Amino acid sequence: MTETKFGEQLLTNCTSGGPVHVRVKDGRIIGIEPLEVEPDEGAWTIEARGRSFSPPQISRISPYTIAERSRIYSGDRLLKPLKRKDFDPAGQRNQHNRGISEYEEISWDEAMDILASEIERIQAENGPGAILTTTSSHHNWGNIGYRFSAHNRFMSILGAIYAEHNPDSWEGWHWGAMHQWGYAWKLGLPEQYDLLEDALKNTEMIVFWSSDPEATAGIYGGQESTLRRFWLKELGVKMVFIDPFFNFTAMNFSEKWFAPRPGTDSALAAAIAYTWITENSYDRKYVEDRTYGFDKWEAYLLGKEDNLPKSSEWAAGETGIPAREIRALAREWASKKTMLAAGGLGGWGGACRAAYGTEWARMMVLLAAMQGMGKPGSNIWSTTQGAPHNTDFYFPGYTEGGITGVGPLVARGMVKQPVRNTLNDAQHVHIPRILVPECIMNPPQQWRGKGFCGDRTETQFKKYRYPEEGFPYIKMFWRYGGSYIGTMNNTNRWVKMYRHNNLEFVVNQSVYKEGEALFADLILPACSNFERVDIGEWAAPQGYGLHKASGLNRRTIVLQKKCIDPLGESKSDYEIFCMAAKKLGFYEKYTENGTTELEWVKRMFNASDLPKHITWEEFEKKGYFVVPMPEDYKSTPALRWYAENRRRDTPDTGPNGGAIQGLPDAEGNLDTQSGKIEFESNSLNRFDPNDNERPPVPHYIESWEGHHTQDLYDKFPLQLITPHPRYSFHTMNDGKDCWMNEVPEHRMKCKDGYYYWVIRINGQDAKKRGIEENDIIKAYNDRGEVLLAAQVTERIPPGMAHSFESCAVYDPIGDPGDCADRGGCINLLTPHRFISKNANGQAPNSCLIEVEKWEADQDD
Amino acid sequence: MTKYGMIIDISRCTACYCCFAACKDEYWENDYLPYTAAQPRYGQFWMNIEKKERGKYPYVKAAYMPVPCMQCQSAPCIDAAEDNAVYRRDDGIIVIDPEKAVGQKKIFEACPYGAIYWNEDKNLPQKCTFCVHRIEEGKTPRCAQACPSHAIKFGDLDDPDSEVSRLLNSDTTDILHPEYETSPLVRYVDLYQMNTLFIAGAAVFADTDECAEGVDVSLTGNGVNMKTFTNNYGSFEFDGLAAGVYRLDFTIDNYAPKSLDVQIEEEVYIPAIMLERR
Repeated sequence: MTETKFGEQLLTNCTSGGPVHVRVKDGRIIGIEPLEVEPDEGAWTIEARGRSFSPPQISRISPYTIAERSRIYSGDRLLKPLKRKDFDPAGQRNQHNRGISEYEEISWDEAMDILASEIERIQAENGPGAILTTTSSHHNWGNIGYRFSAHNRFMSILGAIYAEHNPDSWEGWHWGAMHQWGYAWKLGLPEQYDLLEDALKNTEMIVFWSSDPEATAGIYGGQESTLRRFWLKELGVKMVFIDPFFNFTAMNFSEKWFAPRPGTDSALAAAIAYTWITENSYDRKYVEDRTYGFDKWEAYLLGKEDNLPKSSEWAAGETGIPAREIRALAREWASKKTMLAAGGLGGWGGACRAAYGTEWARMMVLLAAMQGMGKPGSNIWSTTQGAPHNTDFYFPGYTEGGITGVGPLVARGMVKQPVRNTLNDAQHVHIPRILVPECIMNPPQQWRGKGFCGDRTETQFKKYRYPEEGFPYIKMFWRYGGSYIGTMNNTNRWVKMYRHNNLEFVVNQSVYKEGEALFADLILPACSNFERVDIGEWAAPQGYGLHKASGLNRRTIVLQKKCIDPLGESKSDYEIFCMAAKKLGFYEKYTENGTTELEWVKRMFNASDLPKHITWEEFEKKGYFVVPMPEDYKSTPALRWYAENRRRDTPDTGPNGGAIQGLPDAEGNLDTQSGKIEFESNSLNRFDPNDNERPPVPHYIESWEGHHTQDLYDKFPLQLITPHPRYSFHTMNDGKDCWMNEVPEHRMKCKDGYYYWVIRINGQDAKKRGIEENDIIKAYNDRGEVLLAAQVTERIPPGMAHSFESCAVYDPIGDPGDCADRGGCINLLTPHRFISKNANGQAPNSCLIEVEKWEADQDD
Repeated sequence: MTKYGMIIDISRCTACYCCFAACKDEYWENDYLPYTAAQPRYGQFWMNIEKKERGKYPYVKAAYMPVPCMQCQSAPCIDAAEDNAVYRRDDGIIVIDPEKAVGQKKIFEACPYGAIYWNEDKNLPQKCTFCVHRIEEGKTPRCAQACPSHAIKFGDLDDPDSEVSRLLNSDTTDILHPEYETSPLVRYVDLYQMNTLFIAGAAVFADTDECAEGVDVSLTGNGVNMKTFTNNYGSFEFDGLAAGVYRLDFTIDNYAPKSLDVQIEEEVYIPAIMLERR
């Protein structure tokens, strides 16, 4: 710890938006600054086209991380355990009053008594499996106290059923692209190694398609990649953007903007491929040698299958983009070494979170293959990953179990008594998060695929149901975090579920009084990760997100110090679980005989490669460690091995053996049945060659909610897109008195003084409806109503609307679940229908709405 | 001598609002006497971000401009202050004395840039100090520290080797609102994105319905004579224009020349300018 001349302590911590130096004085945090590292720590230089490129020695963190102090000291902090006043576990539960009733403060003892007695009663009456739990994503950071660790160990011992997360940010890649190129162990996403160097040296053009890296930050990468895009621009790399919104990256880098009508991206993709085929401008040799099933793709495009050639003229009718511009794009793409930035992360993108978003993601792989993916300068890469990265140094990611005890952490002695993870157990009993309200309110339910299908592509096809045979109905929901009204879809369902009698007991363990927290019977106040000790590596999930930290300029492992005492009576999540475990009789097992958080942190330090480089005492003093780059670092660009048909030389680890497809370990093979990129997917052929919603060759399929659904479109003529937010990580940095509320691109203060969530509509649409900038407007459809601040802009075309998803504030102006929300949960309006009948992903970007001016005194 | 200045490159601002947040973090609930009292949680924007959107769908441009106190060498706030409550340091930084300035609303009202805020609770005018307390520790202002794209450049304008002085002397910087005549130490690169108009369009070969690439386009009138050529999308653009009447001429081999008279009050995009084959 360092002391400044003003008597401040300088501590370290880490967040989902980057690592920080924390200035503390008199027991209070007075400033949070980007972590600055010493000269040459983790340094690298890329020589390209006569220039040398090196990153700055400071962490480029997200604005919402810089604003963490406003969130820590928020009036919305939960500071005491709370019980819903009209909830009596021994008498009337008044479930229907959830979201309405007031709360009373109770002691931790009282809270634990209620919690333990309810758990014991429910277990006794129903047997194991009547308790449902699930976590929010990324409200805290750290390998010990975070959800995969402290929460999962506790819930696994308890035997709770998990509401399985879907791949919510990359649905189409998971349920679609995986069938074209394998990569199950990366959940459908590709490797990205050393593509920064490749691009700086070789790339002539980048096509950003449904991709806004300035806004989405390569998930946890803060603003680390911003400078790289300026480097590329300075080198003359041309950048074009395909996105209904003229997005925050396009603003500085776009030389041409295409705004396809939402849901028609795959029509545009098909027309580009059609142009390449008819003009013979694709990489025929690569297609011949390195791919499978091209003839079927060609037949589809040329109209041999349905008498409908997928020409630029045809696509113009669907997308609204002039046919000649589609041809011009296709020709430029074919003539230049092009990186396809499909989504913000080499994958991802709002276009894959839409009806039949599988088809777009699949086509992205195929377009890249038609231009020789893996050859110098040509790949799928979004500028956000693939910086020089030392993958040899072992430090576990946050998804790798922490104190639960998975794989190397057991072998390396960190966890002596691993618990069998019932959240991911052999029976695969779970509920898909998308269907939680239906399972609770309207059982039974059925679906295919279990959340993240990382074991095998084919696990997507397996059927599940609720309740599983021999399992009880869910009676209790222990929710960790409170984000879902803002982040799930058609979320009045969630509100109604919370008020349903089938849920006998609801617990919410949260840091903030927001969203779902206020629907619980019992609220357990947790503290932020600035108030407890932890250890974590910036931006490193590992597991399915292996080497995602290659988006950073340097690997940074942080001792997340306890900067201040927990505010009020809040406690660390680990401590809360310890108290509950004590009451329930498994404290020794949960804690491995009383292991403290600091002891766990030290155990993880010792289990990692850190002691080879730094002592605990040095680490504790400095607060962070930058993984050095090897002197003989050798660049191994992603998929170069594949393009050159040789054994993989990248540090990718999958597939993990035993695959039932192909010969994945043969030289040059991908993990598909043919070992190649498949234009016609063998896995989908095996599953159901007649699945017209996900056919073996990807098709453009008209959206089930879009400009072709005429009756709905007549009523709700605006196509809404809801990308991930720019000024908050999910719901985490919204509301809560956070400074981000004052960013007018995030929330706008309207005439009544309330900070409303922003919706963007085109000037023509605004004029038709008498709407002006900063007006309060009501956006609505058959699913709900939301009050929002109007931003009138030309950055969204007429007939479309844009509003970031992930509002933290649910502020119903009437009966919860049945009235307009003033907080701005745009996801009240989005559909919860699966992206296609056999792919259980979410499709928020297929959403029709209408908007109108709203007056405060309006009867609603 | 040292004279601190800031050069802000509008073309490098990505609207991340890191500077905006960093400024709040530095000053909320933190006094740095004798330079400033703390900033309230909400309502003051010592680093304010202005936005300019130009053009209409499908040809749009957007730019964001960080606006701190301009640290004017001829500062209206100094003139408006009584009892030397606002003063200029030798290094050029303008400081509002948080004790002497109590109650002096005229200081707040004097700033033509709107960069001084009125703190109702403290009855005090407040503004950006260039983080003078940090400069004294050898650090940079929080906004410049937080900027990921190096859009905000801070340094000594009197040091001939500094980046800011080189930029200042390269004639690529402009003063925001020079008509205020206050000689600011904050200057901008690519200010045209905030305060000028453009004419853009797309040419089409009528016979083939293809984007017309390589067409010579000239813009004349209203005191300008500019040339460019269309790109592979048939697009051309003339930026940095004032309102007025202009003439566009299109010439390319084998097609009939074409001229258009354009009067602009705001940005104009002309889609599908059809060129007929000769």
